[in-house]
Amino acid sequence: MKVTEKDVAYVADLANLELTDQERQRMLTDLNSILDYIGRLNELDTSNVPPMAQISTGLGKIENSGRGQITSSMRDDVPVLCLPHQEALQNAPVTDGEFFKVPKVIER
Amino acid sequence: MDINSFTIESTRSVISQKEFTAADLAKNFYKKIEAEDPEIHAYLTLCEDRALQQADRVDRIVNAGDPLPPLAGVPIGIKDVMATKGVRTTAGSKILENFIPPYDCTAVARLEAAGAIILGKMNCDEFAMGSSNENSAYGPVRNPRDKSRVPGGSSGGSAAAVAAGTAVATLGSDTGGSIRQPASFCGVVGLMPTYGRVSRYGLIAFASSLDHIGPLTKTVKDAAILLKVIAGHDPLDSTSADLPVPDYEADLAKHVSGLKIGVPKEYFGEGLDDEVRAAVEAGIAKLRSAGCTIIPISLPHTAYAIPTYYVIATAEASANLARYDGVRYGYRAKGARTLSEMYRKSRDEGFGTEVKRRIMLGTYALSSGYYDDYYLKAQRVRTLLTRDFEEAFQQVDAIVTPTAPTAAFKIGEKSDDPLSMYLADIYTVTADLAGIPGISVPYGQSSSGLPIGLQVLGRHFDESTVLRVAAAVERP
Repeated sequence: MKVTEKDVAYVADLANLELTDQERQRMLTDLNSILDYIGRLNELDTSNVPPMAQISTGLGKIENSGRGQITSSMRDDVPVLCLPHQEALQNAPVTDGEFFKVPKVIER
Repeated sequence: MDINSFTIESTRSVISQKEFTAADLAKNFYKKIEAEDPEIHAYLTLCEDRALQQADRVDRIVNAGDPLPPLAGVPIGIKDVMATKGVRTTAGSKILENFIPPYDCTAVARLEAAGAIILGKMNCDEFAMGSSNENSAYGPVRNPRDKSRVPGGSSGGSAAAVAAGTAVATLGSDTGGSIRQPASFCGVVGLMPTYGRVSRYGLIAFASSLDHIGPLTKTVKDAAILLKVIAGHDPLDSTSADLPVPDYEADLAKHVSGLKIGVPKEYFGEGLDDEVRAAVEAGIAKLRSAGCTIIPISLPHTAYAIPTYYVIATAEASANLARYDGVRYGYRAKGARTLSEMYRKSRDEGFGTEVKRRIMLGTYALSSGYYDDYYLKAQRVRTLLTRDFEEAFQQVDAIVTPTAPTAAFKIGEKSDDPLSMYLADIYTVTADLAGIPGISVPYGQSSSGLPIGLQVLGRHFDESTVLRVAAAVERP
């Protein structure tokens, strides 16, 4: 067992999930069985293999093939219209008409 | 009118010949949906007002005798993970039960600009997480070919509607196989374009480095037509590629003779159903008779694709789904006294089991002490999986495999065993990880009459070859 009950509680806390006792038990079983399966990645020696975070890094050959940059991840620093204030509020569960409203933030 | 067999091609022709108005056609589709969809449950939300307004615009163009846009009057369904302005968008989740987007997804906007009629929003696994559509908070979709079976997932509603004829075509999304696997299970065509070919703007994020939007259609030609419309650079998505979009429909006319087709041995090993194997081998034989050279190849790291995927996809999902906090949009639990309690209760009550499981797994893989062992390790193996394809494509022009190891399974058969459900994507996830395009095209069926899908994979941005090979398999 890689994951303990304590780990489940800790990770649920990080993920802002409460989880019922029943859900925690189920998570314990499922995470252990999935992580056990994922453990087979350790059969591979990857010490000299660079990590790949995005497809664009894997497309190095295409970017260097003379066609130039294929993605333009930077745009000119010019302001453009954004979502109007009232539209941005319209899906909020609770507002005061001007701001999102939430329960009190400071806990005593 | 018999709308069952309508394709994009035939719809274009009946609209331009004025056999039907776009408005009549749309109304007929809504009648069919009303009569037949309750049993299938492919639709979550209908948007009749928006559809009929758009149909009026199309009919005015037809009546004026002006040139028709490429999708004039074509009724299309949208997977409910794509934002539609003013039309409820749930992602199959209770947490977005009442979410009305204030903007349109780029792919949806491009469809409408091309004259398409958006009929409604398609059922799917919650946040596109699943391979059977059983994880929808609004109930499962049934496979129109056998209603005791799943339609596949996560774009189950999108595939089922095309199979049932309640939409001419649909859009789906594919993160680990979610377009191709349901297409295979329902006997329709499903195309995942290259990563970056279609803008992800307005697609509700699951795993951003893996998410793709693509079409589900009755024919390969329809997939080519739809792709042309939705593809191309979008300044609103920084990962969208600034490359010219070929005329995929015209490219279909080129013969496949002389193409080199790779058949990777790792995709025909243990776990592959015998009937699926036989069908795919028959499809390969057909390509050989069409003049293709068949070359046995190896993609040696294939066995590591599912574990790699379930680390990377869940890690990205845990970050993407952190935004559902009950503050700006989405479900907020009642009765919480503090902010932190409100977050927890809202997420606990709003997310389903599989989504929580993946958030937990992803959070664990990213947490201090495990990051290097899991996340970084998976990213390194992702490089190896991508190199497998790069090397293979030095030798061959396309790769042919089964889409899924089996035909559609029974509802409930795998829903209690997440790992066995994950293995339903064993032949599809690697293309998502490498960002290459792939299509599932129906070829043959099982002895009990269930459809079987054959998958064609191609080089980055070479959807043309993928479509051509699929069309050669499809040709009667």
